[in-house]
Amino acid sequence: MSGFVDKLLNKPSSADTARQRLQLVLIHDRANLPPGQIDMMKEELIRVISKYVEIDRAKAEIAVENEGREQRLTINIPLVAESRRYQG
Amino acid sequence: MGAKVVTITSGKGGVGKTTTTANLAVALASLGYKVTCMDSDIGLRNLDVVLGLENRIVYDLVDVVEGRCRIRQAMIRDKKFPELYLIPAAQTRDKSAVSPSDMIRLCDELKPDMDWVIIDSPAGIERGFKNAIAPADVVLVITNPEVSAVRDADRIIGLIEAEQKGPAHLIINRLNPALVKKGDMLTAEDVVNLLAIDLLGIVPEDENVVASTNRGTPIVLETHSKAGQAFMNIAKRLNGDEIPLMNLDGKGNIFSIFGKRTK
Repeated sequence: MSGFVDKLLNKPSSADTARQRLQLVLIHDRANLPPGQIDMMKEELIRVISKYVEIDRAKAEIAVENEGREQRLTINIPLVAESRRYQG
Repeated sequence: MGAKVVTITSGKGGVGKTTTTANLAVALASLGYKVTCMDSDIGLRNLDVVLGLENRIVYDLVDVVEGRCRIRQAMIRDKKFPELYLIPAAQTRDKSAVSPSDMIRLCDELKPDMDWVIIDSPAGIERGFKNAIAPADVVLVITNPEVSAVRDADRIIGLIEAEQKGPAHLIINRLNPALVKKGDMLTAEDVVNLLAIDLLGIVPEDENVVASTNRGTPIVLETHSKAGQAFMNIAKRLNGDEIPLMNLDGKGNIFSIFGKRTK
């Protein structure tokens, strides 16, 4: 009955949780890149990029994405628009 | 034309490699093929007991490799199918007693006289696994719809690719449709999407498997059992037949819900 109660409470089922956890674990296993190192890499990249261009740090994203069994690192770092810079 | 060599592996232990090996070997033999199955889990042999042939062992795999007997002398003939043979693992040695090139040589010797050679791999990613996949034409990965089994399956799929033995094919074993329906077990679709390899078959959890293993008679011979049917279907697909997946859909439609209620 747990599934039914979870649905009433709008709680994800344990299978949903398992799938989401596995999605992340497999990404890190395949790339041999533990989650903590992705965070370190992100900090480092942001530091390097900010030396050259003004970026929106809060919205910077680094993720490993899957395409079948292939993986790719996607880096999405919004630049601060000129208009916003003038507004300060 | 020689035999096709199929290796059955999983990464994690206890997911059903030996049960699958025994059942596929018996299924292919029952379809009229000449089959040899080989237990490469040296030091922890079990394929003999699952097939009910433990009392007939004289020589083993390591005896053949080290030249104490000819390969024919180590091949134990099945009780029911005269063209089904088992080459048992040695029980008192370890994986280093055999090398990948020994396994290739042995399989080359078997190939002209057989249609299928089925190799039961040990758990793990070390020497025993490398031995087991070295002669493989096809590698089957067994997993259960469960977090640690799927994670280990993903590792082993990567290693199979690294050894140029891919792409591997997937068998999902011990799927429990009632748990899937409750939302407490990964669906077969979840597992296939996560692992991103071709699905060869799904075997439902079936308590009859325990009893058949107790007796040493693989369940594939029990045509009324769901697991037995699933193993037979997998054997036929391995053989190139197009057999649709059995309907185990845990979610079901309105009719299957009513169907379940009446039981």
